[in-house]
Amino acid sequence: MTELIKMVVVLVLLSSSSGGLLHWLKTQTSSKIEDQQVKFVKGPALKSIFEGSSNDPTADRFTLKVGETEKNFFVGKFDGKTNCVAFEGFGKGGYGGDIGLMIGVDIDNGSVLGAAVTTHSETPGLGAKAKEDPSFVSQLKGLSIESPILVTNDGGKINAMSGATITSRAVCNAANDAGKIYKEIKSQLTEKVKSF
Amino acid sequence: MAKTVTQEFTKGLWEEIAPFRLVLGLCPVLGVTTTMENGIGMGLATTFVLVCSNILVSILRKFIPAKVRIACFIVIIATFVTVVELLMQAFAYPLFLKLGVFIPLIVVNCLVLGRAEAFAFKNKLIPSVADGLGMGVGFTLSLGALGAVREILGTGMFLGMSVFGASYEPFAFMVQAPGAFVCLGLMLCGMNIIGSK
Repeated sequence: MTELIKMVVVLVLLSSSSGGLLHWLKTQTSSKIEDQQVKFVKGPALKSIFEGSSNDPTADRFTLKVGETEKNFFVGKFDGKTNCVAFEGFGKGGYGGDIGLMIGVDIDNGSVLGAAVTTHSETPGLGAKAKEDPSFVSQLKGLSIESPILVTNDGGKINAMSGATITSRAVCNAANDAGKIYKEIKSQLTEKVKSF
Repeated sequence: MAKTVTQEFTKGLWEEIAPFRLVLGLCPVLGVTTTMENGIGMGLATTFVLVCSNILVSILRKFIPAKVRIACFIVIIATFVTVVELLMQAFAYPLFLKLGVFIPLIVVNCLVLGRAEAFAFKNKLIPSVADGLGMGVGFTLSLGALGAVREILGTGMFLGMSVFGASYEPFAFMVQAPGAFVCLGLMLCGMNIIGSK
């Protein structure tokens, strides 16, 4: 009996102290980790979208609540005017799961400034080109974020990548997801961006 | 038991070098050694976990009941692995992206559990630290060496620099999983030849 109690006590003490330690470490590092994620995952995408901007979009960011979740928004300044914002939409139906698409929007007229794939697990050489070869996502440039974006097969304007129609559709889904977010919080977004 | 601290340390570097002599912890050995940088990063992470878990297991060895020792080891190891994961995310994010799923998998690396069970649970603090450090450094060196060979042959590059010049056709087999087995086997063979003399 004493042996049993000893086993329970040791295990409980060990697990709870390790839980406590990890919680403390997690709270200590969480902001640092977020900075790193923004810098290394979103950074390259933001750079290509906001090419020639006068600020550092990874630093000028804010969060807004969209539905239940907090989302990151990145501000781009051009010629002293702050009218561009970039955020991430997620497209269902990729070949290997959801596709994350960072999309930059001009809030004056709602047109797409540029886009870049951030996260995906598509086939290397085919679907993965959506990230590596910027010519596909550059088709989004100038389109209105508020109207549906579709591939030509579905009656839209986007030429699908050859051999990767599924991925191309998923990228469009991601753009439409971004459009949905944009419509939902447009007024708050405009206000926030202007304050930078 | 008459081994000195130095002997405990150096045995991990050659006599009992983990991936080659004990053939333990092969999952990361084969998985992450596509480049030398990845190999060494993984090795250092494992070393940290190994040393810390050896220290704690050694200190607590009188309090841990023998019947639940494995559960206790796993809790201790998992804690330190999570510590490494968080620290790596906070300070070396690009490396974390490359090593990815292999970091949490250090928990089930039988090298770490093996040293806790076979050594730290039966020995005092100082020899346990020496053992963990030796094993860890040996593991790091093995991963680094394997990574270097695979990187040089498989991509013709070494730490991002071209070794053989532009005319070299990369031996892509070496950076894929089967190449890891072949390369490990050849290195094991080489070590046995040297060791048998």
